[in-house]
Parts: sequence; C-alpha cells; structure tokens
Amino acid sequence: MNWQLYLVLGTPLLGGILLALWGHKTWAADLNIAMSVGTFISAAALTAQIISAGPLITADEQFFVDSLNVFLVALTAFVSMTTSLFSRPYMRIELALGKLSDNRLRLFHSMYQLFIFTMLVVLLTNNLGILWVALEAATLTTVLLVSLYRTPASLEAAWKYFILCGVGIAQALFGTILLYSASQKVLGSGGGALLWTHLETAAGSLEPTVMSLAFVFLLVGYGTKVGLVPLHNWLPDAHAEGPTPVSAILSGLLLNVALYALLRCKVLVDGALQAPFASHLMMGFGLLSVVVAAFFLSKQKDVKRMFAYSSVEHMGLVTFAFGMGGPVANFAGLLHMTLHSLTKSAIFFAVGHAAQKTRTQIMDDIRGLIKVSPTVGWGLMLGSIAILGVPPFGVFASEFLILTTAMRLQPWATPFLLIALGVAFAAVFSKVQPMVFGETNAKRLPHPPALVPVFAHLAIVLALGFYIPPYLVDWYRVAAKLIG
Amino acid sequence: MHLPLTSQIINLLAALLLLLSFSMLTQRRILSLINLFALQGLTLTLAILVVAWSTGQHHLYYSAALTFVLKVLVLPGVLHRLIRKLNVKWDVETLINIPTTMLVGIALVILAFNVALPISQLAGTIAKSTLGIALACVLLAFLTMITRSKAVPQVIGFLAMENGLVFAATSATYGMPMVVEFGIALDVMVGMVILGVFFFQIRERFESLDIRHLEKMKDE
Repeated sequence: MNWQLYLVLGTPLLGGILLALWGHKTWAADLNIAMSVGTFISAAALTAQIISAGPLITADEQFFVDSLNVFLVALTAFVSMTTSLFSRPYMRIELALGKLSDNRLRLFHSMYQLFIFTMLVVLLTNNLGILWVALEAATLTTVLLVSLYRTPASLEAAWKYFILCGVGIAQALFGTILLYSASQKVLGSGGGALLWTHLETAAGSLEPTVMSLAFVFLLVGYGTKVGLVPLHNWLPDAHAEGPTPVSAILSGLLLNVALYALLRCKVLVDGALQAPFASHLMMGFGLLSVVVAAFFLSKQKDVKRMFAYSSVEHMGLVTFAFGMGGPVANFAGLLHMTLHSLTKSAIFFAVGHAAQKTRTQIMDDIRGLIKVSPTVGWGLMLGSIAILGVPPFGVFASEFLILTTAMRLQPWATPFLLIALGVAFAAVFSKVQPMVFGETNAKRLPHPPALVPVFAHLAIVLALGFYIPPYLVDWYRVAAKLIG
Repeated sequence: MHLPLTSQIINLLAALLLLLSFSMLTQRRILSLINLFALQGLTLTLAILVVAWSTGQHHLYYSAALTFVLKVLVLPGVLHRLIRKLNVKWDVETLINIPTTMLVGIALVILAFNVALPISQLAGTIAKSTLGIALACVLLAFLTMITRSKAVPQVIGFLAMENGLVFAATSATYGMPMVVEFGIALDVMVGMVILGVFFFQIRERFESLDIRHLEKMKDE
C-alpha cells in the first residue's frame, strides 16, 4: 500500500471540498492550515519512503515518484503550509479593510486547496496527458484566485492570464499530441505510450524529427507558464493584482511546477535526439529572460510587479542552468529552484503586510517600514538581500555555482549573466532601501501580522548558505542525474 | 492517384474544417460566429466518426460522442444563452482590414503545411495528410483570437483552437488515450463556466464586453 501517496493527493482534495462548503466560517482559516499541515506531513512521509525504498510506481503505473519529483513535492507541501499560516492573518486583515466578502473568502480557501492539489497531481503523475490536464486545471483555479478582489485591474489581469496561458497551454497540448504520435509507433497505442517511465526507456528509438518539433511546442506552452521572456506578459499582472498569498504560491510553486513539466519532456527529447537541441533552446530562452527581466526591474512602480519580474529573472536563470546540463549545473539549478521558492515567498509575505500597513502597493508611497514594524521592515530588507544573491544567504551559493559552470561550459553567456545580475541588484536594492528606512506613513494593522513564515523561510535560506546537509546533497545529486 | 473513398471523405471534411476556420476569422456577427463554431464541431464529429469507422478504433466513437455533446450541443447552447442574457446577440464587431487578415491567414496555412510535412510523412495513420490542416486550424483560431476585441469572440476563438487540437490528435494518432480526452473535456467545461461568470463581471465593471477597455495595464 502506498498510503503516503494517496494521502498527499487526498488531503488537499478533501480540503478543497470541505472549504467549498464552510470556507466562510471563522474557523475556515484554521481548517485551511490544518489541511496544509496534513499535506506536508504526508509529503514528508512519502519523501522518507522514497529515500529509504527508492523510486515508486503505483496505481496501474499512473503515478510515479522518484528523487526529482519527491523533492518538489516536499517543497510544494512546505511552502503551501507556510503560506496558509501567512494567509490566516493576512486575509483577516483584508476582510477587516473591507476588500473581501464572506463568499469570496470561501472561494479563496477552496481554490487554494484545489490549486495545491492540481500542482501535486502534475508532480506525481506518470502520464504526460494527465500532466497537461492538471496544469490546465491549475491555471483555472488560479484565474479565480487572481480575480478574487473583482477590481477592474484584477479582472483584467485574470483575463490576460487566462487567455495567454490558455493559448500557451494549447501549444503544449499540440506538443503532447506530437509526442504521442512518435511514441505510439514504438510503444503501441493505448495508455502506455504516454507514460513517462515507458517513454524514458524507449527514448532512444523515438523519431527525432517529430520529437524536436514536439519540444518546440512544449517549450512554448509550458514556457508560458514558467514565465520565460517573451511569453511572460501575464506574470507581473497576475502577481500584482491577486491576493498576496496567491502571489507567493504562484512565484514560489507554480513556476517550479511548470518548469518541472518542461524538464520531464527535455529528458525524452535529449534521449531521442542525442544532440543538444533542447539544451540550446532552453539556454536561449533562459538567458533572454534573465537579461530582459533585469532591465524591466528598474522601471517598476508597484512593489509586487517588481518582485514578479525578479521571479522571471530567477526562473530564467534556472532554465539556463538546466539548459547547460551536466551534474553541476543541474545541481545548481535544483538548489536555486528551492532557494528561490523559499526566498520569494518570504518576500511576498513581508510585502503583503507592508502594503496593508501603507494601504498601497506603489513603492514611492511606502516609506520607513522599520519605524512602525521592525519585523516587517527587516523581513523585506533581508529577503531582498537574500534574493539578490548577497552572501551568506544560500542564493549566493547557487548563483555562484551557475556562474562558474557557465564560465566553464558557455563562456560567451557569462558577461550577459553578470551584467543582468548587477543591474538587478542596483534596481531592487535602490527601491527597497527607502521603503524600509526613513520617515514613515504606515498605519497599525487591525490584526497582528504573520511573521513566523517570513523568518522561517529566511532562516532556512541562510542556513543553506552556510551548510547543506549531506543527505540533501545526495538527494540533489541523484535528482540532477535524472535530468541528465 | 486513387485514394480509397474513406480517405477522400476525410480529406473533404478536413477541407471543410479549414474553410470554416477562415469564415470564423472574418465573421463579424457574434450570433453567426457561434453557429459557425457549432458547424465546425459537427464537421469535426463526422471526421472522427469516419476515421473510427474506417480504422475500427473503437475508442474514437466515444471521442466522437464527447465532441458532439460538448462542441455541438452544450457549448453553443451555453454561448447562445450567454449572449441573450448579456444582450449582445445582435452585436456586430468592426473588424479592420479583413483582406489583410485573410492574407495573414493564408500565410499561416502555408506555414502550417510546411511544419507538418515531415510529420505527415512519418505518421502511419489514414488521415495523416490532414495534420497540416489541423495545425492550420489551430493557428487560424489563434489569429481569430488576437484580431478580436470583444470577450465572447475571443472565447469562441479559444474553443475553435481546441477543435483544431482534437482534429490534430485524431489525424496524427487516432485520438489520445480516453482518460486524457475526458480530462481535456472537463477542463474545457470548467473553463467555460468560469468565463461565463467572468463575462458578467467584466460587463458589470466596464459596462461593456470590449477588451480594449482593459488596456490600462502596461509597462511604462
């Protein structure tokens, strides 16, 4: 029996149903937390099982767990747990400020759990068709979350998000169809030809022309969800207009999950082509994202938009790392994915409370946070420093690894990366510094803010900068080897 | 060269699909656009049925039934109800430059045929020559979406794109595995419900369904 796996998927699904019924009650936020904690405990149990017993294929081969996806399952469950802790006071304050009604709160809680559920299905499924279906379902749940406030701007953001990601994901479906047509010849028709484990063993005999074309469509499709330039247009709007817990899980989790889908496809294409076609495409898109996003950072006025562009930049960096390939770059990419998730969600937690204190998201109007609330101010400052890659935070280690590998394998790309990181540093630091220090206009909040999640995340990021435990290193190494 | 009758019928239906995509591209009245969409769904159903019958792939019958129920009955019905409730039944959109749009459309079709050529040669299915048409339908539907400024036609373009994808799946691989097809259908349904709710909210906020009102958000 693989009860851990079913528990990981069942808990958020059950949570979504229960909260659809009672999500407006005063104890709904606690139920949301309880469900998320339950998911995290089951994910931890699943992780322990995979570490001790190796990869797992179950339920008529429909689910497949190995070191690569179990690491993302654990990360997803962890960040969704801390985000639920953060959203309890955050949404309570929003309710007190009159931005939400009870019905909207019910929608928020229910969709939050279902969003986690769909992401976990994407991560755990072995069937590339189901993976597509679940990722599309994740888009649908987040469309409802982004438009939660029903303001003109949030409706616009949600519409843009739906249409752009809808078009993108349609391309991914076409890619999946092409992949199926290639695999059908080798594996025969029926369900088996879309199962990743079957595809991986047969990758060498898949038709290269069809596979390379399929990858182009898959890259455009899933790349839209990763937020790769020039397909990133939906991302800043969706991040800025949705409630902050949603921004945190979009940046921290959904982008990772979409990149994971792309990685699984890349492994197959690499196997079929025996040529670095997919790698070159990923490096190109990744580098473009890093450079373009870095230059957009300095133009932003809205704090959540700015950090959304920072997410584009970091996902670009990770995509570039996976594009380079090889054990070191993949290791660095996985590490950077983890650290970016933790840091960026911590930043959004701090930003959310800062915006509530000053009643605005415009950076010029947010001043002197540290005077009213030292914890929110320091949380934002430390988070920004961490994401900019200042030592001793962990992001420094992963960025350093990516840069040194780039110097060795792709020296031409290094100057672009260095310039982009420098520009990003100047832009973000010069904007965050006056927000945190100086005279203030912030007000007190009706409920105490949630600060445990912020500092818990930052503490982990800091700790990983000093010392990565050996079992974690092994785990990343095994996962890095799976990507090739 | 003599093709078997079934292939000829499939090719005919594929050509009809392409023709319908073009007429959707230039149709200005919302009501007619919905009818064209329903007709496209019907043509698609027939095409799947012929492929199913001639190849003996039984799961394609389910796929055809699913397409018929969803694309011919349910979605057009929902859209008709929506435009009646939203009072946009007789809306006419001003499309600029129909000839240019048509020319771009033709260029897209040529592109689609060239892209699909190597795959068609490799695919062993009876409908392999129609993969190019399927890709062309997807691209034309995409063009329909980006040339429209109203919400309802954009969504119809989105659904037409999905039609093209289903046709691509049929012609390249005799359809996806059933569980995946049901999943896709479920996503389309849920998406439609969400969009229906959206239409009302957009109109409530902007007093119009014109997406051009929604263009305040730009990177300055």
